[in-house]
Amino acid sequence: MLRYIAVRGLLIIPSVLILYTLVFIILRILPGNPVLAALGTKNIPEEQLKAIMSELGLDKPLYVQYFEYLANFLRGDMGLSMVVRGRPIASDIADKLPATLELTVWSIAVSLAVGLGLGYIAARWGGRYFNAFTRLLGSTLFVVFIPALGLGLQLVFSSYLHLLPSGGRMSSVEGFRPITGIYTLDAILELNPKALLDALQHLVLPSLTLGLVISGPYIRLTLSNLEAVMGSKMVEAYRARGVRESRVVRHAFKHVLIPVVTYTGLQFALLMGGAVLTETTFNWPGIGTYLVDKVMYRDYTAIQAVILIFAVIVGVTSLVVDVVYALIDPRVRY
Amino acid sequence: MELSVYLRNPYIAAGLAIIAVFLAFAALAEYIAPYSPVDSVAPPLQPPSPEHIMGTDNLGRDVFSRVVYGSRIVLAIVAMSIAFSGVVGSLLGLTSGYLGGLVDKVLSFVMDSLYAFPSLVLAIALSVALGPSPVNAAVAIAVVYIPTYFRMIRGQVLSVKNEGFIEQARVLGLPPSRILFKHIMPLVSGTLMVVFSMNSADAILTEAALSFIGLTVQPPTPDWGFDLYKGRGFILAGSWWLMAFPGLCITLLALGFALVSEGVSKITGAKLR
Repeated sequence: MLRYIAVRGLLIIPSVLILYTLVFIILRILPGNPVLAALGTKNIPEEQLKAIMSELGLDKPLYVQYFEYLANFLRGDMGLSMVVRGRPIASDIADKLPATLELTVWSIAVSLAVGLGLGYIAARWGGRYFNAFTRLLGSTLFVVFIPALGLGLQLVFSSYLHLLPSGGRMSSVEGFRPITGIYTLDAILELNPKALLDALQHLVLPSLTLGLVISGPYIRLTLSNLEAVMGSKMVEAYRARGVRESRVVRHAFKHVLIPVVTYTGLQFALLMGGAVLTETTFNWPGIGTYLVDKVMYRDYTAIQAVILIFAVIVGVTSLVVDVVYALIDPRVRY
Repeated sequence: MELSVYLRNPYIAAGLAIIAVFLAFAALAEYIAPYSPVDSVAPPLQPPSPEHIMGTDNLGRDVFSRVVYGSRIVLAIVAMSIAFSGVVGSLLGLTSGYLGGLVDKVLSFVMDSLYAFPSLVLAIALSVALGPSPVNAAVAIAVVYIPTYFRMIRGQVLSVKNEGFIEQARVLGLPPSRILFKHIMPLVSGTLMVVFSMNSADAILTEAALSFIGLTVQPPTPDWGFDLYKGRGFILAGSWWLMAFPGLCITLLALGFALVSEGVSKITGAKLR
């Protein structure tokens, strides 16, 4: 098993390297001078430009930049922001990452609840038309444009009903000090019910938006697996023995849970892309919002760092999912 | 298979109807839009009324006219990018799958790495580097979706390449290009249609997202994603129509393509996702 994890882990390196190389080429070679683009002006004295270039390490030959950046990145140094002079990008990202983590975890919870819930209803009470509709929902939910849904929810629940906050992560709550940066977890650790409630209120709309839009595959997977299990000999045997229908469905459900849960790994790319839009829509201070902010200022070094972080996250998650899968599924040999 | 089999499928029919409406918007914008999309024609922030069925925006422009004209940008960008990534991705997939060996291994690994990465984030990076413009956005979206076509076509090629009739063709001494295009390509077309329509839906959403971030058009050009972004500032004041209609159009158009994809996959049995 350890060997499997090690080999599978080593495979992350080339795929992150491919992305790094691609991003490096795109961001450094394609445009003109990135510093001029970031400053948005050409009227800058030659000397000052040179000083900025050398501060950012951009005056060295490209291949030196390529390896130097990589070496620094591995040590956790992502360089300095081009726009906010002297600001280390690594500390920015460390600030924002927990917010994104919190949003994505809650969104997965929402989409699992929606997927498994609808699957359960369809298997238990659904008829032909209900199931066909649910399946269609499963394959078309992804077309909902996240900002449109998010703003719609803001309109109803914040502007009209004044029930939930329209954005941000937390109103100021007395005595709350983030420890991990994952606010719901921190509030529980600090036994601060007020902060927990506040954090949850801020989470409802963003995680509902992202969770709903990515729940399609879960709906389809639950439904088709449940239908297969419900038509199996096992279920027939339960029914023949007079087991109540609600118990039969519960038994069948167990067989469906594992494939649905392991599917989460495949969802991750979709989830991260969706997180960028969800965060922007709800002013959620995660790395998605950070990326979009940096895009607006053409802060190339920061953009490069964020994309690499995304690549590492995707690589690590797929590793974790593969390992979990290998542990659960006896058919996977390692 | 007969064309009518496809057209009689309710999903495909509904999807095509939706797409047709937006194509008509784009082609006949001058005749359909009651006002100019860029000029102020009424007091600002008027709610929907008989004169302005979708209301007016903060500059007094007719929202419906902007929505009609906005379909042009989306459809143009998506058509350009899909054509590009479809052709490049399919060609690479065909050759890689057919040749096999080291070329195939390396290419597949690169494509898989790109595929696993969030496409929107990659598209953002590319658009930033190329500079914000509709053509550059199209290029960015095209590059991002090449792996989608590559993976699908390559998989199909691998599954048929060892069939008897391909072997016979090879024994007969037919050149690889003829085997690929005359014998393998037709078998792949069903799956290609599913991927194509599904990918169009994806590309519409990506285009809208790039516009939402401000990476495609410059004001005052009408564009759904960009108009939605500008409209968000007015919803707290209750002016919902600025963002609701562009947002609805993005989702509807993407839904049209997703329905077609769903219908075709039902008929041809091609599975995706």
